Amino acid sequence: MFTVFIDQFWQLTISGIALGFIYVLIALGYTMVYGVLRMINFANSEIFMWGTFGAIVASRDLFGYNQTSEPAHGAKLALVLFIQLFASMAFAGLTAVTVEFVAYRRLRAKGTNRLATLISAIGMSMVLSEVMRLLTASRPVGSPRILEKVILVEVWGAQIRLDTLITIMAAGAIFIILERFVKLSRMGKAIRAVSMNEDAAKLMGINLNRVITTTFLVGGLATGAAGFFYITVYEYTKFNIGFTMGLAAFTAAVIGGIGNIRGAFFGGVSLGLAEVYASAILGTQWKSVTIFIVLVLVLLFKPSGLFGEAVTQTRA
Amino acid sequence: MRLEIKDLHVHYGKIEAIKGISIVVNEGEIVTLIGANGAGKTTMLKTISGLRPATSGQIIFNGEDITGVPAHKRVDLGLSQAPEGRGIFPGMTVLENLEMGKFHRHDRKKEMAEDLDKVYTLFPRLKERISQAGGTLSGGEQQMLAIGRALMARPKVLLLDEPSMGLAPQMIANIFRIITEINKTGVTILLVEQNAQQALQRAHRAYILETGNVVKEAKASDLLNDPAVREAYLGTGAH
Repeated sequence: MFTVFIDQFWQLTISGIALGFIYVLIALGYTMVYGVLRMINFANSEIFMWGTFGAIVASRDLFGYNQTSEPAHGAKLALVLFIQLFASMAFAGLTAVTVEFVAYRRLRAKGTNRLATLISAIGMSMVLSEVMRLLTASRPVGSPRILEKVILVEVWGAQIRLDTLITIMAAGAIFIILERFVKLSRMGKAIRAVSMNEDAAKLMGINLNRVITTTFLVGGLATGAAGFFYITVYEYTKFNIGFTMGLAAFTAAVIGGIGNIRGAFFGGVSLGLAEVYASAILGTQWKSVTIFIVLVLVLLFKPSGLFGEAVTQTRA
Repeated sequence: MRLEIKDLHVHYGKIEAIKGISIVVNEGEIVTLIGANGAGKTTMLKTISGLRPATSGQIIFNGEDITGVPAHKRVDLGLSQAPEGRGIFPGMTVLENLEMGKFHRHDRKKEMAEDLDKVYTLFPRLKERISQAGGTLSGGEQQMLAIGRALMARPKVLLLDEPSMGLAPQMIANIFRIITEINKTGVTILLVEQNAQQALQRAHRAYILETGNVVKEAKASDLLNDPAVREAYLGTGAH
């Protein structure tokens, strides 16, 4: 039972980190919106799913790749990947901002309670996935292979593949950029101020609606980037993939203390590792079970999250 | 720079919290609104700074009707508030909190150093705590921070909501002394207080609020000597 785990420990660790980084970026979508609105944006899982389609639309419709095409190389490869990343982020970012505008803003203006917004979020989630179901006739959509999955090096018996390396490095970089943005930029400071005290933030001259739009945009961009990495690694998507990925990322956000950006990082990486290790030890059929057990345990014993502080304390 | 409220009505749902209040704050004055809990003092300030919508009535500032102006634009006009419960950003340092006070005037770097200096002169304690998180300050220090942050906006009218709340007597005296000092630099002040004794000693004029209505308006010194006011708001054995 443990032999696979021990033999392939480093290999598993690398896959776990890559998967974890994808969770981190989606978790940012949940955690940033929660920080500002104290609301779980359940549509974020579908925003991720739309992001995965952005990458496919870019490679297939913009560059004309199909399942029989040869993978790209050199400058062409970099260009296609970059445009794919951009398309994923744009798809998801626009979807996130639209969802906020259509489904939440009016409710907020009317001063409705959070339950109404939550139900609206679940409704938006269904709309987004059903629209994609219609557009794709319920079928899975394969992504043309852009990136040859060459093995770069072997360390301690673990093979490091190009797609894994790109995912870890690029996702890590995107996380750092976003974290710095929230910590240091003028808009980031406004986001933090609103998340700590909405009324006081308004008294400082902060335009609340602009902060909320930016938060959805930034959270959507991060979630969309995750969609691109998902496509690069798994080369496949479907209208309903948001559900499991979204719940896992939500779990990651809760582990780290929802509303806390660095917490999302720790939560995502630890969940990615836990999931991969558990699959190796118990079998892959236990993958989703692991995620839910972790979620329930965290909610039972440490609802503020392992790395989280009280909601009123430091974040970002 | 005159602030005038005309026949203001404010509702929370179906409950009318402000039932037609008119007040005037003239340039250079300290005006205080005193009254018991639930009299509508905080609601008045929130409506003046735009955090609560007015049901009807007018807020006229510097000759301009600002009743419909959103909260975040009123600070540009020169209205600044140290809110109820101080409203400190707990996860930001003292310096970051003060910088937030100038958020709407971001392009003026030179002002920043100048105004930080002014705030530190008024509240030397804040300078000692400059890199400490706002949430870890004592109640008195948080109140200083809230007032200092409001001053960073270079207000023409400063709105203060119960600055004495929850503070030790010595700190209360200190805060009120500083309020007078701020006023002497040319800032008009509208002060909401439950501590009527201190407020009336510092203010030029006062309004007494009861359940959403103004029941009395007078010079603060007259109210201090009014037996009925002493009975109701200062306690019979007041100093």
